[in-house]
Amino acid sequence: MTTKPVFAAVDDAAPLTHEQLRELYSLMASVRHLDSAAVAWQRQGIIPGYAPELGQEAAQVGSGYAVDRSRDFVFPTYREMGVARAMGLDMVGYMSTHKATWHGGMYNPLESRFAPIQAVVAGSVLHAVGWAHGQTLSRLPEGETGVAMTYFGDGASSQGDVHEAMNFAAVMKAPVVFFIQNNGWAISVPTERQVAGGSVAARAAGYGIPSVQVDGNDVVAVYEATRAAFAHCRAGHGPVVIEAMTYRRGPHSTADDPGRYRSLDEERLSAGEDPVERFRQRLLADRVADEAFFAEAQRRAEKEEEVVRSGIEALGPRPGAEMFSLVFQEPTPALQSQAAAWRKESEHA
Amino acid sequence: MPETITKTPGTATDTAAPALHMSMQQALNRALDEILADDPKTVIFGEDCGRLGGVFRITDGLQAKHGEDRVFDTPLAESGILGMSVGLAMAGFHPIPEVQFDGFAYPAINQIICQIARMNYRSRGTLPMPITLRVPSFGGIRAPEHHGESLEALFAHVPGLKVVSPSNPHDAYHLLKYAATRPDPVIFMEPKSRYWQKGPVDVTTATPGPATPDGGMDDGGSLTGARVAREGRHLTLVAWGAMVARCLQVAELAAEDGIDVEVLDLRWLKPIDAEALARSVGKTRRAVVVHEAPLTSGLGAEVAQLITQRCFDTLKAPVERVTGFDVPYPSGDLEDEYIPNIDRILFGIQRVLEYRRG
Repeated sequence: MTTKPVFAAVDDAAPLTHEQLRELYSLMASVRHLDSAAVAWQRQGIIPGYAPELGQEAAQVGSGYAVDRSRDFVFPTYREMGVARAMGLDMVGYMSTHKATWHGGMYNPLESRFAPIQAVVAGSVLHAVGWAHGQTLSRLPEGETGVAMTYFGDGASSQGDVHEAMNFAAVMKAPVVFFIQNNGWAISVPTERQVAGGSVAARAAGYGIPSVQVDGNDVVAVYEATRAAFAHCRAGHGPVVIEAMTYRRGPHSTADDPGRYRSLDEERLSAGEDPVERFRQRLLADRVADEAFFAEAQRRAEKEEEVVRSGIEALGPRPGAEMFSLVFQEPTPALQSQAAAWRKESEHA
Repeated sequence: MPETITKTPGTATDTAAPALHMSMQQALNRALDEILADDPKTVIFGEDCGRLGGVFRITDGLQAKHGEDRVFDTPLAESGILGMSVGLAMAGFHPIPEVQFDGFAYPAINQIICQIARMNYRSRGTLPMPITLRVPSFGGIRAPEHHGESLEALFAHVPGLKVVSPSNPHDAYHLLKYAATRPDPVIFMEPKSRYWQKGPVDVTTATPGPATPDGGMDDGGSLTGARVAREGRHLTLVAWGAMVARCLQVAELAAEDGIDVEVLDLRWLKPIDAEALARSVGKTRRAVVVHEAPLTSGLGAEVAQLITQRCFDTLKAPVERVTGFDVPYPSGDLEDEYIPNIDRILFGIQRVLEYRRG
């Protein structure tokens, strides 16, 4: 494990332009505002629940920004709103899962290159390996290989599926980036009670997978590490492990009470520098952006939040028939008769 | 592998064309070979299915013929195999993974239930899971623990999965070809104690497609429904997989006592062909369900309910069940006590025939 990427392929992409740096900031501002707003929506009764990511904006935006949506595919859990936003997903479709409209969200995973949201952490880590191996089997010309990026946390790294996934990927040299957001907490259990062996990235050595531990609060560092990992995978050198060290500043979910397992003082001491504020200071110091730009970014974030909120509020429940019609591609007679009985009885009621 | 041509009068495949005579192992192997040839997106993988050809040799020779990209060995990890299937299906492939023995489906149950069965639903139909999971199933070969289990009720209970089990080489060949071309996940339960039994296989007819436009069951005449394995008048034995052959034996013995037994081979355990059940039991008015799995909450209860609902007025006795017991699948030495044997099935028949309303 190292804090400097030691990947086999050279990432020869140009450094980020000022315009791209400003775009990264705008994305982080949007994600920060939308995330805080979603917590408020829950308190206001607009949505029943949400899994906030306060403090993880740099890890999510930086990695999501490196995805090539024409060929790559991302496998999220339920706390990757920032990745979704950075990849340009329909955010009403994304948030609809938190509105309890539909498991997995209402966006199209094939068009967005973002697999359905899901709650079984580590379950989708294996899907990424399978999808990535499909890229290998497709025998694409050099450099055209799509890369799978799978997101999971320090808690999910305890799941056996993560071991199986890393082992499979390494044996098959699958083009997959294992992107770990180590946010310090698996609900109430801190990393030191969750992750043996020093870090998740340290485990990669056992599989012969190159790994990097990156400052997850530095959006540019995250972006560059991810881009380098993608270049490594695309060149046919197999998987990469990235562990972004960050901190979940808020609760695990809107139902959680962090006061039971950490104090506000501990939170302030452990959380480190706010990734959004830190990037803002850097852009100011480097004269990449000025106060007027930040104010405008904030205005756009607020406007965007209004649009997403009104979209969410306008979402009614899905027609009940979908409950039956989307189970199979070829429905069974038993399911069809259950649907017919449901229709008859609900119309009667 | 050797294949001999024989005429097979009096069977389901009694047509003008001669049928091949082969074991279920050979029939499955041939089906997989043809599936690979027909569909370049099909991939077969699992533990030892490449160079070895599988511990039961079902994939024998397929890697040599179709290449290591199409038929490959994976690390020894069932959750990995099934989780990988999900990603391959998302990438447009048609995976045919193998779990080496039924009991090793348990370590993969999260991927089967939470992922394979739900991805079509979760994704609103945009990510179908055309996965055929081959599971060598049931007991009867004196194997160690976890090498013989009857998981059909567990799988059939899961929304999003379909479950099928062939009982003879002909059905094995066609059902596997049918399952592998469906857009939904199918658990294909191969009765391992029947792998080496030979029978006629008509490969000259095309495997039937879905019987109705919505993929539903037809009248039982094609492979999407149940099959009357033996016609009879006095009662219906309902079975699937390895138990069909045993029920046919029982029917022959019962015939010596003048009892005319019909044997219904259910084939599909989800969806169950309720119309075929109603047709058969509507005629015989008595039924016994036979399965290897434990009694409690087994598929026998589901079958009994489907029969009761459709045939209540004409039934002459409650539907009986002859099943395994509510114990873990026992060791080889006790297997014969556990799996429904001829005597226990005959007792079940007797209970139904001698039933008197109180």
